[in-house]
Amino acid sequence: MSAARTIAAFTLRESLRRRVFLVVALLTAGFLALYGLGTWQAYRTIDEFGATGESGVDAEIVVGATLLGLSMFGTLFLGAILAVFLTLGAVRGDAERGLLQPILVRPVSRPTLLLARFAAAATVCAAYTIAVFIAAAIITWAFGGWWPDRVVRPSLELGMAVAVLTALSLAGSVVLSSTANGIAVFMVFGAGLTAGLLGQIAEAIGSSTLDDVATGAAWVLPFEALYQAALAGITADTVGFTRLAIDLGPFGGAENFGALLWPWALVYLGLVGAAAVWAFARRDL
Amino acid sequence: MATSQPVPTPSPAPGGDRPAHDAPALELDALRKTYGNVEALKGVSLRVQPGELVGLLGPNGAGKSTLVKIACGLVRPSGGGARVDGAPAGSAAAHRSLGYLAELFRFPEWLSADELLGLHQRLAGSDGGAAERARLLGDVGLTEAAGRRVGAMSKGMQQRLGIAQAMVGSPRILLLDEPTSALDPAGRRTVRGLLEALRDRGVAVLLNSHLLSEVELVCDRVAIIARGEVVAAGTPDELSHAGGVEVETAAGVRRYEHARRDDAPGIVRELVAAGEEVYGVRVLRSSLEDAYLEAVGDG
Repeated sequence: MSAARTIAAFTLRESLRRRVFLVVALLTAGFLALYGLGTWQAYRTIDEFGATGESGVDAEIVVGATLLGLSMFGTLFLGAILAVFLTLGAVRGDAERGLLQPILVRPVSRPTLLLARFAAAATVCAAYTIAVFIAAAIITWAFGGWWPDRVVRPSLELGMAVAVLTALSLAGSVVLSSTANGIAVFMVFGAGLTAGLLGQIAEAIGSSTLDDVATGAAWVLPFEALYQAALAGITADTVGFTRLAIDLGPFGGAENFGALLWPWALVYLGLVGAAAVWAFARRDL
Repeated sequence: MATSQPVPTPSPAPGGDRPAHDAPALELDALRKTYGNVEALKGVSLRVQPGELVGLLGPNGAGKSTLVKIACGLVRPSGGGARVDGAPAGSAAAHRSLGYLAELFRFPEWLSADELLGLHQRLAGSDGGAAERARLLGDVGLTEAAGRRVGAMSKGMQQRLGIAQAMVGSPRILLLDEPTSALDPAGRRTVRGLLEALRDRGVAVLLNSHLLSEVELVCDRVAIIARGEVVAAGTPDELSHAGGVEVETAAGVRRYEHARRDDAPGIVRELVAAGEEVYGVRVLRSSLEDAYLEAVGDG
């Protein structure tokens, strides 16, 4: 395990030094600043109209949950960017540049290298995603006084969603060139989001077929299922007309996928990892 | 007069004297490799004994780098076998015994020379610590650059650092793919001295190089590969054969193409007896370059 620790520590250090991390940090600062401004403005507006109307809808909850839900999409997107750019050239790209060979002629097995790189990149990306989610929740609370019904579990689900994307990108880097891999992972990411939109549409028009398709796609791409579960988690205790109003927004497709989601996400990581190890073992460098 | 630069002599590495055993440092047995329809290696067999410096020569695309990469476990052979210090190529035991410098390599630019060697020490399981790093940097003439980032180094300095990196953990065999391609003549001389000193310490070296003069100067044996096969092998002396005798007379230069060194006195006697005035005699030998060109079919 010493070699794995060495490579993981090296990858962590490399991740934090890379320009992409600086770019993502700047994007994040801009994102949170704009989010803060938007949240402040939204709550100022509902203060002028009154928080709870005769409809029984609590506007503070609807606005807070909707804004935080939208910010979760942005957070996941930024986490995906970080995950992809930290891993898109981890194997084939590094091998083509001659960075990988000096490491692999050491007593370091290929599975160890993959595992160590995954552990480091997933840690960075998941920690980043959780931190941005928590920061957005604090901003919402600071400007609107609303705090999500659940925080820990949704943050872990978002972190796990990014870890799944990291695994897909790392596995893709074994067989695809850096550019092709980046494009492929973002297309997969987009496919997951499309599944979420289908779920929203299914909810709105009451189509069970469309809902089945959306649910199936979310299981096949569990980062989307985890995102939806996180989304569902922040308003888990909200009921009544406020709930109905929330479901009209980005929460329409949100779904709690139950107790099997986490075990499935872990199995999925194992399957992606096994496929990556299998392909890497057959790759000439 | 050529200026001579002191050639560093690597001091014995702590822990470098591993138990001797009978296994060759490198053993390739009927090695084959195909890429689709292309046969890169067609059953190459080669042995490198401990303390032996073997040069690998051949034109571009001959299969030299593929051979070295198979020995390193970076490329899977299609047939045959490769063993490093008695262990199957690609195994952890084989990796513990070898040091490798690729023809095209890069190190992370943000690491300093010392940090890079430290990283490879940890990966190789070397307990040499700072002393080993300082020794290796000294061996390749980079003592002053220990704290310099790789990105701030010239290509030649990076190549020297690559050689130092390959020597981390005192490997029993070094596989060097064009290790002096970016070096100036002084740098090449430094590396040559280093390789000779390593050989004296019992380290085997497989040197893949296009620089025939360098291979001729430093290698005990040479294997010439062309079209995926070993087409000639032997010591540089064995490969470069007699090329005739040249005699300078008043009538001009006469050349005896099939004559050997022992024939020279008789030739001179005959010419003098025939009334010729002899001003000089030169015994000709073909160079390794001639042997190489002849072996690869371009001569």
